[in-house]
Amino acid sequence: MAYVAIADRDHEIEHHDPTTFITKYIWSQDHKVIAIQYSVTALFVGLVALVLSGMMRLQLGFPDTFAFITPTYYYQFITMHGMIMVIFLLTALFLGGFGNYLIPLMIGARDMVFPYMNMMSFWVYLVSVIVLLSSFFVPGGPTGAGWTLYPPQAILPGTPGTEWGIVLMLVALALFIVAFTMGGLNYVTTILQARARGMTMMRLPLSLWGIFMATILGLLAFPALFVSAVMMTLDKAVGTSFFMPAITSMGQQLDYSGGSPILFQHLFWFFGHPEVYIVALPAFGLVSDLLSTHARKNIFGYRMMVWAILAIGGLSFVVWAHHMYVSGMNPYFGFFFATTTLIIAVPTAIKVYNWVLTLWQGNIRLNVPMLFAIGFIFTFTHGGLTGIFLGNVVVDLPLSDTYFVVAHFHMVMGVSPIMVVFGSIYHWYPKITGRMFNKTLGLWHFWITFLGTYAIYLPMHYLGFLGVPRRYFAMGDTAFMPESAFTLNQAITISALIVGAAQLIFLYNLISSLRNGRKAGHNPWQATTLEWQTPDTPPKHGNWGHELPEVHRWAYDYSVPGYHDDFIPQNVPADPSIPGYDQGNPGSDHGTSS
Amino acid sequence: MTFALVFLGVIMATIIGWLLRQSLNTQPWEANDPLENQPGRGVLNVEPAKIALISFIAVVTSLFALFLSAYLMRMKLGDWNPLTEPKLLWLNTGLLVLASIAFQLTRSASKRAQLPTVKAGLVAGGVCTILFLLGQLVAWQQLNAGGFFMTGNPANAFFYLLTALHGLHLIGGMWVWGRTTTRVLTGADAQSVYLSVELCTVYWHYLLLVWIVLFALLLST
Repeated sequence: MAYVAIADRDHEIEHHDPTTFITKYIWSQDHKVIAIQYSVTALFVGLVALVLSGMMRLQLGFPDTFAFITPTYYYQFITMHGMIMVIFLLTALFLGGFGNYLIPLMIGARDMVFPYMNMMSFWVYLVSVIVLLSSFFVPGGPTGAGWTLYPPQAILPGTPGTEWGIVLMLVALALFIVAFTMGGLNYVTTILQARARGMTMMRLPLSLWGIFMATILGLLAFPALFVSAVMMTLDKAVGTSFFMPAITSMGQQLDYSGGSPILFQHLFWFFGHPEVYIVALPAFGLVSDLLSTHARKNIFGYRMMVWAILAIGGLSFVVWAHHMYVSGMNPYFGFFFATTTLIIAVPTAIKVYNWVLTLWQGNIRLNVPMLFAIGFIFTFTHGGLTGIFLGNVVVDLPLSDTYFVVAHFHMVMGVSPIMVVFGSIYHWYPKITGRMFNKTLGLWHFWITFLGTYAIYLPMHYLGFLGVPRRYFAMGDTAFMPESAFTLNQAITISALIVGAAQLIFLYNLISSLRNGRKAGHNPWQATTLEWQTPDTPPKHGNWGHELPEVHRWAYDYSVPGYHDDFIPQNVPADPSIPGYDQGNPGSDHGTSS
Repeated sequence: MTFALVFLGVIMATIIGWLLRQSLNTQPWEANDPLENQPGRGVLNVEPAKIALISFIAVVTSLFALFLSAYLMRMKLGDWNPLTEPKLLWLNTGLLVLASIAFQLTRSASKRAQLPTVKAGLVAGGVCTILFLLGQLVAWQQLNAGGFFMTGNPANAFFYLLTALHGLHLIGGMWVWGRTTTRVLTGADAQSVYLSVELCTVYWHYLLLVWIVLFALLLST
């Protein structure tokens, strides 16, 4: 039996529309509903993590002022903030949220290939979030081991949360990985097999290339976290010695012997570094589409952008030990990993240049999504440049345990992806809800967030150069820290609180525009990609009405000479009524690619 | 980590190589290449479920490769005390081979629409797998009775962990096997379950391969 592509037998497939409230909105198998469920859950835990960071900043800016923030709480806040932000917010939001919403719509499919598994993915994710948050309410509270959960301290008495917190954390991670795997298999299969007629891989919008590669990275890298979580759970619960060396704790010789904490670090970062790109690649992709749409220009160097995504994906597996320069590993390893780390800067820089060149002489429309996208170029460039500092062993050694590192990774993988998250939410909000958000509030949100993050993180680089150590609950009397460092810390805290509060504007805007926003129409940004060409806005179950779309061009036909509009949607065939338009290659004389 | 790296390198090279080939000699900015809109063009000539299974196999390969990497790294440390594996494992290996053969025969029978062979093959494959799993449990008991506890030595801990993990993956496969067998026994015809049977066959062959690698490693260290 020859295989017939999904798009070619659409009329044979029966579509069952959900009928009851529960199958429509709760146990829904519709990718759009699942995407919203994922996003709302992720934004909710993100909000929890934001509050935690506010508490940490209160302690750092004004030590000895807030009696309720004890050292124990402080370390628990650090740990939960980091883990939630990286995994339960960013990974879940980019892949579970945007991936779910955009993949079927952008490729012209009716849904994911395995809707039931897609639904299970969300529910397992929800359970993992509940397990994680439940650790706030168990004896001893959540773990305070730091988001890297390094043994031996993660499971030894003295670290907060060694009773229940660490076990719940590991279980939550394992569940998250199961959920992600179910979703990830869906994303990969759907992109490969459910594309509409004419949607070749090279006609995919870059958003999907980013999401696709990030999913592959996630599928291959998350097992490393799973392995380390399983082995650590056994060390903690059963008493094996995978990671635990012979150790004396509080005057008592423990039963462990011979284990290797470094082994954990290798496994953890074997996952941990690809994780950076699991978050960054979807951001790269989404921001490319935002920039192109709002600059009314084709993305500069589409093929090069795709190759850069592939190169980054491949290289991301061979740089992990640059997180371990100070672990005491063989110095020759350091040389190798510094080299690979610097090489990965090449495809990344190509992407940054191409974004800037996309803006060059574009007909830029400074809409709110565009502001966030341009903001991303700034924050990502800054965070990326400090990454080149830290990628070198000799520079990393003195800076590794200082605020320089905190500033670096927050700029590059905290602020930058979040800028894209905001930009993308504003960009697709009209499609998801059918209404426009409030532009004035959006502008306030952007400017406070963008300038505020600089007020927070630029001074941290300076603190790092001064040698101010990270992870400390309180600095105490330290001779090497000038008075200005303490003043700076206060300023950072105030900025952080303002930026944190400004996110309420965003939430208010999202919620109030649901009711009060003006009707958006089906394509308010005049974009070319398929999700803007649905017959209904918001798209109904099945997305496309009776006929699946057919694709005739790539996703970036903006400002094509000789065409009456400044954009041509992907499903528009050649128009013979326009002179010279059907004579071959309309796009080739206005900015080349590759 | 070299072990895991090599495996991941092969997987990533395959994926990236395939994707690169999609991008060469294309000029996506040229609209309306009539060839692009032929039915099925650009889509792999494979059932989606098979792609999902192959992707899942890649994930499981990554998982086991990382465990084996951890095994090899942990082995080098001083307190490693090699474990003598129960002889029973040889018998278990034989059972798993039989299960794999049964699935292979079922697959051919399903293609040729021979319903009795499909029924018998599915039942035989399932029974051999269950016997394998029970055999693994007995092996655990033998070790436990011999005083080789999980906490005694990292070699023991890895043995229990790896066999448990492999067994869990088989149990996951048994779920699909159970659904397929129920369908066949309640009247489905032989060809309608072909895809499920084929997925089971691929998965069982794969898990047999994993077991052989694990067993060889456990025996040799």
